[in-house]
Amino acid sequence: MKGNEALAEAAIRAGADAYFGYPITPQSEVIEYLMRENPADRTGMQVLQAESEIAAINMVYGAAGCGKRAMTSSSSPGISLKMEGLSYIAGAELPCVVVNVVRAGPGLGTIQPSQSDYFQAVKGGGHGDYKLIVLAPATVQESVDYVKLAFDLAFKYRNPVMILSDGIIGQMMEKVELFEQMPRSNKEYEWATLGKKPGKNSVIVTSLQLQSEEQEKVNLRLQAKYREVEKNEVRFETYGCEDAEYLFAAFGSCARITRKALDMARAKGIKVGIIRPQTLYPFPVDEISRLAGQVKGILTVEMNAGQMVEDVKLAVNGKTPVEFYGRFGGMIPTPDEILEALEQKIIGG
Amino acid sequence: MTEEIIIAGFGGQGVLSMGQIICYSGVMQGKEVSWMPSYGPEMRGGTANCTAIISDEQISSPVLNRFDTAIVLNQPSMDKFEDAVKPDGLLIYEENGMTRKPRRKDINICSIAAYDESVKMNNTKVFNMIVIGGFLKVRPIIELENVIKGLKKVLPDRYHHLIPLNEEAIHRGMDIIKEEQAVKK
Amino acid sequence: MAESNIISPENLVYEKTSVMTDRVMHYCPGCGHGTAHRMLAEAIDELGIQGDIIGVAPVGCSVLAYYYFDVDMQEAAHGRAPAVATGIKRVLPDKYVFTYQGDGDLAAIGTAETIHACNRGENILIVFINNGIYGMTGGQMAPTTLPGMKSSTSPRGRDVSTMGNPLKITELVAELTGTYFVTRQSVHAPANARKAKRAMKKALEYQKLNKGTCFVEIVSNCPSGWKMTPAQSNKWMEENMFPFYPLGDIKVPEQ
Ligand SMILES: Cc1ncc(C[n+]2csc(CCOP(=O)(O)OP(=O)(O)O)c2C)c(N)n1
Ligand code: SF4
Ligand SMILES: [Mg+2]
Repeated sequence: MKGNEALAEAAIRAGADAYFGYPITPQSEVIEYLMRENPADRTGMQVLQAESEIAAINMVYGAAGCGKRAMTSSSSPGISLKMEGLSYIAGAELPCVVVNVVRAGPGLGTIQPSQSDYFQAVKGGGHGDYKLIVLAPATVQESVDYVKLAFDLAFKYRNPVMILSDGIIGQMMEKVELFEQMPRSNKEYEWATLGKKPGKNSVIVTSLQLQSEEQEKVNLRLQAKYREVEKNEVRFETYGCEDAEYLFAAFGSCARITRKALDMARAKGIKVGIIRPQTLYPFPVDEISRLAGQVKGILTVEMNAGQMVEDVKLAVNGKTPVEFYGRFGGMIPTPDEILEALEQKIIGG
Repeated sequence: MTEEIIIAGFGGQGVLSMGQIICYSGVMQGKEVSWMPSYGPEMRGGTANCTAIISDEQISSPVLNRFDTAIVLNQPSMDKFEDAVKPDGLLIYEENGMTRKPRRKDINICSIAAYDESVKMNNTKVFNMIVIGGFLKVRPIIELENVIKGLKKVLPDRYHHLIPLNEEAIHRGMDIIKEEQAVKK
Repeated sequence: MAESNIISPENLVYEKTSVMTDRVMHYCPGCGHGTAHRMLAEAIDELGIQGDIIGVAPVGCSVLAYYYFDVDMQEAAHGRAPAVATGIKRVLPDKYVFTYQGDGDLAAIGTAETIHACNRGENILIVFINNGIYGMTGGQMAPTTLPGMKSSTSPRGRDVSTMGNPLKITELVAELTGTYFVTRQSVHAPANARKAKRAMKKALEYQKLNKGTCFVEIVSNCPSGWKMTPAQSNKWMEENMFPFYPLGDIKVPEQ
């Protein structure tokens, strides 16, 4: 199964109630698979091709406002169109899952894999002070497991969760174990619009506040929620860090290529480790800060012009030199290039 | 054991499915596998390629720039990937349609006339299975029975009656592959 | 203290429906939004579906419609109400779902969502308040603004050669196979308001048949945006809007 198809199957198995999408390369397999699989027969999950990404994210808003497990997926240009809706969903504190199988930009860009939407995913993208929880799978297995995790986190915090994948993970095939079918939940949340209950106030799903004082309260509540997320949900993987003198930082598919460079470096006797953030927000600030005290330098490797490196630098806070190596525009860095960059920018530097 | 393979040719030569069959067969043999296709505009009419990795260990990068084996089925693919073969690695090329021989001296080179053979078999669709047979002769990393199991997995049920034909094609490929250059290990 | 005695059950001739809250409406005096709300609320009341209906509010003057309708509601981004309603209806097919949208919301920024929801035949009710103007943002030209009509963004009157002609989106959606019942009403006089209520009630009843989208346009006024008194605005509406947007059913189900 291709990464995209595995992810679509995971959505069905995670008990999703609805998927709304619009075709775009390199993630069209998600909606194609769902349409083929017709989960309405299997679980009752609704699948609809919307007229645009804008419509799709707003359909998600509607379904999420009913307390349902709703999901959409797209690739970079389509994700830009969803930013308005995501801001509204974050503002109305609705849970949902959005998958971005990133391709290179700006503009129409190329359909080749990229990580150039890191800023958009992690720093906002839409308007207003909000955060998405951002999960970055590096394997097909993780893109499957993260669908379930994403729904759990989305409902735990009533917050949109983004799975930031890319063309490599979406298109590749590898061994994957699918979790068992979970039943769709029929839980009725008190914040969901399901029809007014006699004697109860009507439920209103909204992101609008007319008074600044009220809006500030909303913002403070959101910020408190984000602090909780930062406290509880940081996820990362490290390898070879025990004796490391140098450190790679990379996420997603790029971390796997970097892992290959790590093996090559270790074969040459260079003691290098790697940290791979699995959650891009919340970011593993503490672990990077800790490792920064141990190593002589950090090379951040990304398939963009240098985005996560800014967060790495903030976490390192000057403790050790941080350098960047990246390819972009759909180009993929090779392990040789990465090793060379480590030797020149960090070890030689 | 890790075998990193690039398979490249024209779209329609079954390049992508060849990689998939090798990977599914690897799974049947209990190996870790990874398959990554080229996708997008390249594929339309032009060349297609895929990276297939079979390993005893967890696979790190699914995309690579150097390979243990390159299977090239047209001239543009040979031009692109000949240099990507690791020293001592293997290059297999289809004779039909090539305008030049490989130039590298530090790699093992085999040729296979899979297209002609498929014509002899009256079925050009088994072309890619002939190539797989040739590859497995030179690099016996997967047992034939697991390839058959892998095929069953890739092919929809309605094509399962074609499996004996495909098995025959694999055997033919094993017979006809020619070693052209061998470097000492 | 004779006056206070008047307020007693025997004297009751008119009661506010319980589907409306007691909140004081923020609409300008004489604005049609209030009456349109009320007619829709009464229709919901008469059908006894207050607990089974979910509404979607637009961005426009009626953005706070959820303050006034005592039913579960969601607030959509500008123009996206039909998509939000689609999402709701797809996961709650047994509930009634409606959107309430202005002309800027429905026929400008949300044209795609409107057309496609109707084209899919979503089993929802779309209530479309056509006041020929962007009321909320201070009286700019809407897609429905009449030729020659002045607004803050067509200060010399709408010049159709550069600004396009008014969009008769109701006729447009009536052409779509997905729509089941399409009608144009008004609420400026009691008889018209009652007819509008009947239309919305019928539309909600049809929703149970799963036969497609019901679309009720209400040609309305905007005294503030039109810079008229309420009485003037109603007269102007009758003389100018109705000839261009004639009242009546546009598409009725075959009997
Ligand atoms: C994306 C976006 N663009 C613009 C606006 C500003 N805006 C708010 S309401 C409105 C027009 C409303 O007009 P209409 O839908 O006709 O409703 P009315 O107020 O007339 O009832 C506009 C342009 C917005 N809220 N969001
Ligand atoms: S601005 Fe116009 S539409 Fe808005 S409340 Fe006032 S009169 Fe009504
Ligand atoms: Mg208006």
